[in-house]
Amino acid sequence: MSSATTAITPQAYLQAQSRWHPLEIVFWLATLLPFFLFPDYLSLASQIAITALFALSLDLILGYAGVVSLGHAAFFGIGAYTAGICSIHVWGEPFSGLAVGASVAGALGYATSFIVSRFRHLTLIMITLGLGLLAHEVANQAHWLTGGSDGLQGVRIWPLFGVFKFDLYGYTAYAYSLAALFMIFLGVRRLVHSPFGLALRGIRENWLRMPAIGADSRSHIRTAYTIAATIAGAAGAILAQTTQTVALESISFQRSADVLVMLVLGGAGRLYGGLVGAVIFMIARDQFSGIAPQYWYFWIGVLLVTVVMVLPNGILGGLSHIYARWRRT
Amino acid sequence: MLPPIFGVLFDGIAYGMLLFVLSVGLSVTLGLMNFVNLAHCAFAMLGGYVTAVLVNRYGWPFLATLPLAFLAAAAASVVLERVFYRRLYRASDLDQVLLTIGLAFISVAVATYFFTTNQQPIETPSFLRGSIDFLGIGFGRYRVFLIGVALTVTLLLVAGLEYTRFGAMVRASVDNQRMARGLGIDVDRTFAFTFALGSGLAGLGGGLAIEIVGLDPNFAFTYLVYVLIIVSVGGLGSIAGSFAAAILIGVSDVAGKYYAPELGAFLIYLVMVVVLMGRPAGLFGRR
Repeated sequence: MSSATTAITPQAYLQAQSRWHPLEIVFWLATLLPFFLFPDYLSLASQIAITALFALSLDLILGYAGVVSLGHAAFFGIGAYTAGICSIHVWGEPFSGLAVGASVAGALGYATSFIVSRFRHLTLIMITLGLGLLAHEVANQAHWLTGGSDGLQGVRIWPLFGVFKFDLYGYTAYAYSLAALFMIFLGVRRLVHSPFGLALRGIRENWLRMPAIGADSRSHIRTAYTIAATIAGAAGAILAQTTQTVALESISFQRSADVLVMLVLGGAGRLYGGLVGAVIFMIARDQFSGIAPQYWYFWIGVLLVTVVMVLPNGILGGLSHIYARWRRT
Repeated sequence: MLPPIFGVLFDGIAYGMLLFVLSVGLSVTLGLMNFVNLAHCAFAMLGGYVTAVLVNRYGWPFLATLPLAFLAAAAASVVLERVFYRRLYRASDLDQVLLTIGLAFISVAVATYFFTTNQQPIETPSFLRGSIDFLGIGFGRYRVFLIGVALTVTLLLVAGLEYTRFGAMVRASVDNQRMARGLGIDVDRTFAFTFALGSGLAGLGGGLAIEIVGLDPNFAFTYLVYVLIIVSVGGLGSIAGSFAAAILIGVSDVAGKYYAPELGAFLIYLVMVVVLMGRPAGLFGRR
């Protein structure tokens, strides 16, 4: 980068940002590897893809718009329950179930965005936490609809396109969740490299100044929050469809905290931050599943403290820092 | 004869008093430094375990363990403040949230390692057991004691803040930090002291809580929610606000469990969201 970049136009800047990097193509090709190399781990791979999608949705509001949410699992859970209930009471066609789950979560996201966009700082954290806990409590109490703490049983999903069954091996599940992840990722990628995405980053940096240059912070945050809720709902719906059950855990504070950890570990405010974080987090959790969950959280805690103290921009931030330094010398 | 609602009200107020002791420290430190400390209840848990261990393993009398619960939590908070918190005063909310959630996770795992996930019941002295009958309602002795302790703490805090030099420094720093610095008040040190005091009170609350709500490693998260609700409903940095909010939440929680158990914890979350939507700075908050 030389002095020529100082005279760059906004259009050229956004275009340069949105060009595909070779590493990105390698990354997406690598997501196909589990089909050939680890066919026994396809259900884990499908969980990772779903979690990555969820982390991507949080990245949109937290990493780009700077809205810290401690209750994002509410939308994930709502999407999951909606898709599950839809398959029990209406029909089990997967795509329409996914669409319904995502739209219901998006509608609730739109409704709550009017509350969320009014606040910053501690009040915002508390409001999102409170809304998340409210959603959890509703799911817990509405036993007749959600199965409460026993989880939602009896989810039956029809084969994909009427041909590919969701079986134990997870071929269909992984293909389905990976395809959804990739397509939604393309959409998000386009979004954050659009002027709208640039405005979101501006709001993250200074929420009071953006309205002064004509970008209303609140309406931008409302839009971003709704989109993020829709994506989180889609992730939840895919989880419900591929595992054919919905546990109360999918709407819990624990899940909100987990996704936050992944995103921060990978690097918030970067498209691949949530994805990389989800891959590392889920594989580590699978490898250490032998140790009791309460000790697993010890390491999560250590990790969080280390990331905040040593790697403020996550793994990807650290890597790009090293790369930039290496380029300079 | 009094109608049973007085019994519910009394239990609610006693519970609210407990929540007040647990949360007042966080309210003051948040008001002072805007530091989002989600590990606050980990200090309370530490106090609880100090009490439990001293009573059960070393046979100390319950009342004698409470000052130690206070001191242990205060000492731990001083160490953590020096090592971690101090470096993040001016960092973003997110960094503060992540650091303190991380510390809370670690505290839960450490508590599980040493004490397993079982409840830690303790033996309270005989004069705190049973209840006093008054006009046909049994008032639990322990709850009367709890209200007494909480009122004493409140009086000491209010008197300390109103009539001592240190209290004046704290009030000045909460009101206008930059101006206080300009007048030569060492805000960082004031904060460190207040932080230790607040965490110590949380530790005391943890010791007092065992008899009412029990103690297990999830304490750090279960009561964090209540504490945060009280702090944000009451308004940051306001002792009177925390007091009012603690009673409001305590009474609505107990009354909710008594009259509408199917609502569960729904009621207090609803109270919080509604209050914050109407008054984002809390009931008594100014900012």
